Formats: sequence, C-alpha cells, structure tokens
Amino acid sequence: MMDRISEIATSMADRPGALLPVLHAIQDEFGYVAPGAVPHIARALNLSRAEVHGVISFYHLIRTEPPGNKVVYLCRAESCQAAGGVALEQHAKQKLGIDYHQTTADGEVSLEPVYCLGNCVCSPSVMVGDKLYSRVNPDSFDDLIDS
Amino acid sequence: MNSRVFVPADSTARSLGADDVAQAVAELGQDVELVRNGSRGLYWLEPLLEIETAQGRIGFGPVNDTQIADLFKDGVPDASHPDCLGLVEELPYLKDQQRLTAARVGIIDPLSIEDYCAQGGFRGLATARELKPADIVQIVTESGLRGRGGAAFPTGIKWQTVLDAEADTDSALPDYRGQKYIICNADEGDSGTFVDRMIMESDPFVLIEGMVIAGLAVGAGLGYIYCRAEYPQAFNTLQTAINIAGDAGYLGDFQLEVRKAAGAYICGEETSMLESLEGKRGLVRYKPPLPAISGFFGQPTVINNVISLASVPIILDQGASHYRDFGVGRSTGTLTVQLAGNCARPGLVEIPFGISLREVLEDYGGGTRSGRPIKAVQAGGPLGPYIPPEKFDTALDYEAFKEIDAMVGHGGIVVFDDSADLGHMARFAMEFCTVESCGKCTPCRIGSVRGLEVIDKIRGGEDADNNRILLKDLCQTMMEGSLCAMGGMTPLPVLSIMQHWPEEL
Repeated sequence: MMDRISEIATSMADRPGALLPVLHAIQDEFGYVAPGAVPHIARALNLSRAEVHGVISFYHLIRTEPPGNKVVYLCRAESCQAAGGVALEQHAKQKLGIDYHQTTADGEVSLEPVYCLGNCVCSPSVMVGDKLYSRVNPDSFDDLIDS
Repeated sequence: MNSRVFVPADSTARSLGADDVAQAVAELGQDVELVRNGSRGLYWLEPLLEIETAQGRIGFGPVNDTQIADLFKDGVPDASHPDCLGLVEELPYLKDQQRLTAARVGIIDPLSIEDYCAQGGFRGLATARELKPADIVQIVTESGLRGRGGAAFPTGIKWQTVLDAEADTDSALPDYRGQKYIICNADEGDSGTFVDRMIMESDPFVLIEGMVIAGLAVGAGLGYIYCRAEYPQAFNTLQTAINIAGDAGYLGDFQLEVRKAAGAYICGEETSMLESLEGKRGLVRYKPPLPAISGFFGQPTVINNVISLASVPIILDQGASHYRDFGVGRSTGTLTVQLAGNCARPGLVEIPFGISLREVLEDYGGGTRSGRPIKAVQAGGPLGPYIPPEKFDTALDYEAFKEIDAMVGHGGIVVFDDSADLGHMARFAMEFCTVESCGKCTPCRIGSVRGLEVIDKIRGGEDADNNRILLKDLCQTMMEGSLCAMGGMTPLPVLSIMQHWPEEL
C-alpha cells in the first residue's frame, strides 16, 4: 500500500497545492488515508509530516480508518431538520447501534454527519457512497440499510 | 420524426427515480429520442418528464418508472392526456420567473455544446473577445452585479482591483511568477441552497464561459473551481464540460481545473478556500491584503461565486442595462431564490429583486409541506437570522433585508412550520460553529463552545435570566471579535430567536 501511496503522491507532486488532490486520490483508491502514509506523502511533496497530518485532521471527509462497506452520510443541516431530520438522526443511530464517526461491529455501515448535500428541496437527505436519497424517513432509511 | 422526450439527470431528480424513468422510456421500443436534461427547479414535480411538441414542451410529473408503459400505451402522449400538466413554460411557477442566470437550466442537455450554443451560449464570450479588458470590467460594473455568494460585493469593482494589480514577477515560487487567477467558489455549504449545484450539473458551460470572460477581463490565464466533495455529480459534470469546451477551442489560452473540497464549511470563506487550494488547512487569513491584491500563492486573484460568474455571459451578451433594469435600487438584476425545508413547492425561483418574501413563500412556495402554518424562515444559510411571519412583507433586496436585521446571502430560504423547536435551532447554530470553526481566532473557536454550554444551561432552567444576559454578551464578543463571518455571524440566528421567540430558548 505504501509503495502505491508514494507513487500517487509523486505523480501529482507538480500540481500547485497538490496535497488535497493527493489525499483524495489515496482515499479514492484505498477508502481512507492510513496514518502510516503520512511520511510517504510528506517526502513526495517536500512537506513536513506535521503539515500533512494537519491537513488530514482538518478536513471532515478525509478518513484515517477503513470505512464500512456502506458509508452513510446523514444531513444534519437546517433544511433537513425543518423536515424531520432530528427524528431521522435518532432513528439512524438507534437502528445501527452506533454514533457518528463510527462503524458497525460487522464492518457493514459507517455513519457520518454531513452539513448539507444540496438536496434541500427533498429534505431530509441521505447519501450512501455517491448515491443520494430524498425525503428519507425511518422506514425508507431501514430499506436502504437492509438492501 | 422521433419525438424528443426529456428526463432530468439532475442529482435530486435521480434521487427521486429519474434514472429508472429514463430506462423505462428507453425500453419502450418506440421512436423516441431520449434527452437527459437538467432540472427546471420545480422539484415537487420531479421526476418531470417532458415531451417536445409543436407548441412547446409539455410536462408529466411526478412520474415513476411503472407509469411509463401506460403513459405511452397509445404512442407518445400529447397535451390531451389527462395526466398532462400542460406546457411546462406556462406553469405559473415558471411563467412568472425571470430566468437570466438559469436561462438554460433544465432545458438543455448539460453536456451538449450544440444545445448550449443554440440557446445563446458563448455569445457573451464572443463579445468579450472583441473588447479591451477595461471595457469588459466596465460593462460588469455598470450592470450592478453584486457577489451572489453572500457578501454582495460589487463584482465589477473586484475585477477592476485585480485588473489594476500587478502580478508579482519575482515571486519566490517560480511557477506563479507574473500570474493572475480566477477562482470560482463552488463550496456551496449553506443549508437551503442548491442553485450552484444546479448550474454545475445542468448548465456547466455557462460557468466556464463566465470564468473565461473573467480571465480576459483581468488578464488571468489560470482558473480553479473549488467544488464541494458533497456534490460528486457536479464535480464530474464540470470536469467533462471543461474537456469538451477545451476541445472545441472555447477556452483559448485559459487553463481551468476543478478541485474537490473535503467537507469543511469554513472553506466557503474566500481566504480559507485559498489556503485549502494551496494544499493547507483551511485557516482563515487576515484581511488586508485582499485576495484581489494578494490571493492564490500571493498573486492577484478574482474569487467569485458560481452564480456571480454564471451571470456574466448574459451581461456581456445582452449589455449592462438589460441586466441592471431588473431589480430595485442597488440590488440590480435577478436573485436566484431557493426554497427549501418544510416547503410545499420547493425549488428554484429566479426573480428580479424587490418581490416580497411573502409572495415568494406563498405564491411560489405554497406554504409548508406539512400543511401547518409557517412559524419562521431562515434566509441566508446557517449564519442567517430567523425571520418571523410579521416581517414577511419585506421586499427581497439586500438593503431592505438589512433594515430588518436579516440577510439575503446566497438566496436560500428554509421554511419551518409551527412544530419547529427554535430553541433547538439556536443551540444548533452554536453547535455547528463548534464543528466548523477553523480555530484560528478565539471568539469563534471558544465562544461557540461556551455558547453551546450557556444555551444548554438556559434550556435546562439553570439560572436562566443571568445566563441569557451572559449569552447576549458572548454573542456581542463573537460578533465584534471574530476574524470572519463564521464567528461573526453565528450569533445572528441565536439573537434573532432570543428576540422573536424568547420563550423557546
């Protein structure tokens, strides 16, 4: 994995402000950016390890642990709250038995809060991977988890 | 002749089953030409299937895939079909709008450059290529266009500053010597807003055209679009559109790249966005220097919102006065209102400034989705104050909203019905700031945490009167002492709730 990470980072090193695109590319391939990748990225981009770690820890959507098979992004923003989002949030945590930023024990589902998916016309919204779901209620939430 | 049938591929329409509808149409085996357009923005009708007729496009919606075989059982349905909504452009919601910026949204195949050109695309750019940079800036200034991202700063003045600024030719970073930049802020993080997403998914060429014009106007050869990671479809559509426009020669020497954000709300703040684009933590910068003087890697940089840039082509094409003649006072042109939350007819409403909030909420929005009375609306995103019904007669323009201590912002309006717990929303405003503060300045980083604690005490009945005084004092400190709008405006929703619904806290 680390050889490949060095390869990705080196191949993108010439781009201005390359770090965020590099982190995305690594996460797209492996699902997360392992803490052990930090020195390899730092070396390829001529940055300090602190700088790389600082960026990784700043951005909500960069993960440092392997995600579940399904990553469920549940919108917590105002529009979704206006349309039943709080009840959905409680249901989701109860149904999965986990809190935000956690993965179910069987490794199936990770639950992440998100602040707006731009789908405010059909609140509450949920995104699983890249797929968007509209007007989600507890029943339809169960369907998309169980399917 | 084949009938053209339109099924939106907008991400919201797809979340409502538009892909299944499109597949059902494709499997009919009839002589139809299927076009995947964007959404018109009449979202309660999505998936909205449209059929081209001699009179115009007729609509059916919302439809699902199981209805398609029946709908087409006697051939392509016409306007006499009982389920037909009639001509889509005659629907009252759409008919009374002034679609200038979103003129093509929902009409064309987003990635068809032929469609784009047939609907007036690249005419503004053709005009701009004949003009001197200063003349382009002059036209944009005369149009009165103000930044649609939220701050409403005059776009022409910003461009003039960048045009007048000298790019540093002995920068320590050789790659950036003598360069100016155009950066599009497509980090649309405000809840209740989605028009940037619609433009990027449904009419990406208009944004590209606007950026190329901006480049000509200020002498910038490089552009970046900083697109939210939460908008995967917009990101992919833009990348494809840039390649198509480049291959067709429309970019000229201008180089354009889409960059993906990583879920930090603060990166919608322009200096934080610059840091992020430079590959750093999204910490807000001190201003001055303004990004127009010293922005991306220290060089003069135009930073505009998607809608601001997407409004430029029509201004160049139709002239400054055409655009300026819409709107009122210093709020010229059109506002892309986005109705969201608990709203019966949510969607995109592009109208001239000056129409009252009540007209938008009632005539367009049709009240709440739940059918209950409206208790409040929040306009201008998570940092915008909550507005009570007695203020709904206020005109939608920057100055009138300011007079009632509200903000237009990016034009998003989130509707809450009478079951909403606004005390909880005040708490959420502080909680959001604890999550999203970049941490650089103390009033925002610590103030939001203390604010959350104090609100919990008030709601828990712990020395409520004194804690209310403390909360107001804390809000004052955050507003006056924060570096940027995140900490500076988080108190606005809180204070508006304390003022109008004191019992809810």
